[in-house]
Amino acid sequence: MKVNDGWSPYLAGALSGLVSIGSVWFVGKYLGASTTFVRSAGMMEKIFTPERVAKMPYFIKEAPIIDWQWMVVIGIAIGSFIAAVTSGTFQIKPLPDMWEAKFGPSIKKRAVIAFIGGIIAMFGARLADGCPSGHGLSGGLQLAVSGYIALVCFFIGGMLSANIIYKGCDE
Amino acid sequence: MATLMYGLITGILFGFFLQKGRVLRYDKQIAALLLEDMTIVKFMLSHIVVAMIGVYFLLDLGLVQLSLKPTILGSVIIGGLIFGFGWGLLGYCPGTSLGALGEGRTDAIWGIAGMLVGAAIYAEAYPYLLKTVLTWGNYGKITIPQLLGVNHWFVIIPFIFLVGALFNWFEKNGL
Repeated sequence: MKVNDGWSPYLAGALSGLVSIGSVWFVGKYLGASTTFVRSAGMMEKIFTPERVAKMPYFIKEAPIIDWQWMVVIGIAIGSFIAAVTSGTFQIKPLPDMWEAKFGPSIKKRAVIAFIGGIIAMFGARLADGCPSGHGLSGGLQLAVSGYIALVCFFIGGMLSANIIYKGCDE
Repeated sequence: MATLMYGLITGILFGFFLQKGRVLRYDKQIAALLLEDMTIVKFMLSHIVVAMIGVYFLLDLGLVQLSLKPTILGSVIIGGLIFGFGWGLLGYCPGTSLGALGEGRTDAIWGIAGMLVGAAIYAEAYPYLLKTVLTWGNYGKITIPQLLGVNHWFVIIPFIFLVGALFNWFEKNGL
């Protein structure tokens, strides 16, 4: 592969922890990501059925607007792009290596599973009230009971489906 | 407006470190779930330990406040398991999907589209869930130190040693 492939995950993780501290200190905000998908879905629905969205309890709770976290999520894409381009690791890659080795070069097959996985994951994240960022990182660093329960359940669910698709079939 | 700018800067820094830590890869996320490569766990726990020390130190100085999510056993456990199952299929979580796209992993687009649909479905189901799952076992906004009835540093310091031991074990076993 490429020469400069990355940093130690310990170092990168620790530095990202400093970002969290700064964010809590200066803005009073803890990292999260999944609420942004709710707000974005609401913004899209609002284009077609504004009256209906205005009355839906979940969109009243999580208003379909651009907020701090929404900008964080966009920023993650930009930051990743900057890191990838400056280290020469940016590469358009329609299929992950592991996936291709197991399921072949069909992009359609990957798209269907990723799409279904996305629906399930986001439904679960909203029910749990957070994802690996909101519950895992932010809940974890605050020693929140909810964060650790969620984190354990995330991994149990993930181990189940990852094992089914990679170890369950044939071999 | 300033808050939005802070959000963007925070996101850019976070995305930068996620990319450097090789966390934004389907292969790494799935390998963690198959217990073959603990890169994402190393990243997450390093983040948690550093931020935990910093935030609780600032809390002791009265400079910051905690922002806890309530511990509702029904929704956190059921939702967590559902999330996990979808995560194992998608191979990206909500935050890392955008980061993966940023480094050129175009398969994240399908996941992002799915997650928007998932959020819309949840918004439809919310009034029903609010009366059921979201009421099952609500213990409120609690932390582990509160649960144990001890000062937070009595939890933080053992936690650091535990994570250190875990990291040591990962390295010894080539994870």
